[in-house]
Amino acid sequence: MDIVIIDYGAGNIQSLRFAFERLGYSPELSADPTRIARADRVVFPGVGEASSAMAKLRHSGLDRLIPELQQPLLGICLGMQLMCRHSQEGDTEGLGIFDTDVLRFPDNLKVPQIGWNRLNHLKSPIFKGVEEGAFVYLVHSYFAPLCPDTAGVCDYGFPYSAALVRANFYGLQFHPEKSSKAGARMLQNFIELPDQ
Amino acid sequence: MLTKRIIPCLDIKDGRTVKGVNFVDLRDAGDPVELAEAYAAEGADELVFLDISATEEKRKTLADLVWRVAERLDIPFTVGGGISSVADVDLLLHNGADKVSVNSAAVRNPGLIDALVKKFGSQCIVVALDARLVGGKWLIHLVGGKVPTEVELFSWAREVANRGAGELLFTSMDHDGTKGGFANEALARLSREVNIPVIASGGAGSMAHFADAFLEGQADAALAASVFHFKEIPIPELKKYLADRNIPMRI
Repeated sequence: MDIVIIDYGAGNIQSLRFAFERLGYSPELSADPTRIARADRVVFPGVGEASSAMAKLRHSGLDRLIPELQQPLLGICLGMQLMCRHSQEGDTEGLGIFDTDVLRFPDNLKVPQIGWNRLNHLKSPIFKGVEEGAFVYLVHSYFAPLCPDTAGVCDYGFPYSAALVRANFYGLQFHPEKSSKAGARMLQNFIELPDQ
Repeated sequence: MLTKRIIPCLDIKDGRTVKGVNFVDLRDAGDPVELAEAYAAEGADELVFLDISATEEKRKTLADLVWRVAERLDIPFTVGGGISSVADVDLLLHNGADKVSVNSAAVRNPGLIDALVKKFGSQCIVVALDARLVGGKWLIHLVGGKVPTEVELFSWAREVANRGAGELLFTSMDHDGTKGGFANEALARLSREVNIPVIASGGAGSMAHFADAFLEGQADAALAASVFHFKEIPIPELKKYLADRNIPMRI
């Protein structure tokens, strides 16, 4: 299984790499579109600020490549948000894969949301064997509202999309690599998805 | 619903756990990696590693440790202790730390917070606030609480939040080590005055103290060291106790 983690300079990807290694896989880190295009599975991480991350994607042509990919692709945290239409963070266009915008949590909540929350309304093979209400670890200030692509829901003052799925594209707002056994199961499920 | 977090803190010197620990089932209680895994298995929500070594090789030793912890740990962890530059943070994050905690360097140079947030994002920047009540005013102290400053806790907390920090780690040096409970009044005021999560630290002695920190102090997380290291409070029992009092817990 050839797994590539897109390494475009947006944050800590070591822990993600280690999580796959704990499952017995050796993902490669790459920002090279040709290399990414021929992987069996592509992981699209990201932490930090949306508009500068988008600028980095554009700089390397990844903004055009990612929406064209046919193999299963997993966006995590900011990666998931960049796969949406638009983000309020830095008022930036996204990759337009998921049919929703990304908004900032309102000021009556503590922002960022940091910690463990329950994941409900699971609706994707990536959650096979994961219990309804499983705890996942999140750190984020912006969120995707509920939409037709919603495949998992967390509640922080109100319900929002903790997971988005469309065709071969999977997005998780939480960090599966830091979500204990439930998160490890999701990464394993992602690897075991049928090839498109 | 977001749960409240329980965070054991491990003091690290030259890559080893310093404060005596009493984990009978560990082969090597001085090995931070093994201890970290034991805490994760017990249900700790997050870990903090506080490096107190002062050697020349400190940075490299700590980075190596962070790498070894990140290889094994599947819950988040924060690293703090003597972090003073963007390069320090870059090294720790690249070795797999989820968050870093800055303290004295931010007080001396508040612009460091802006620089860190700009480069790495708010989500991984924790600012530690060590304070003591002096003549009716909470004042920030440096060097483990030994050196007083004129910086007032609440105005500094607001400034830190405005500069983009993602989280506050508030230690009352008056309560630290007393096992008499957290500084709940100051905690509650912090939670009212800033809009980012607050971790309570200093004073944990009983399970009721944790409940008070969450209910009276409005803390988002509570950190402790010795009560966990010496098994005075087992984490599974603590979490059950708190859940029974309607405090949301990951169990």
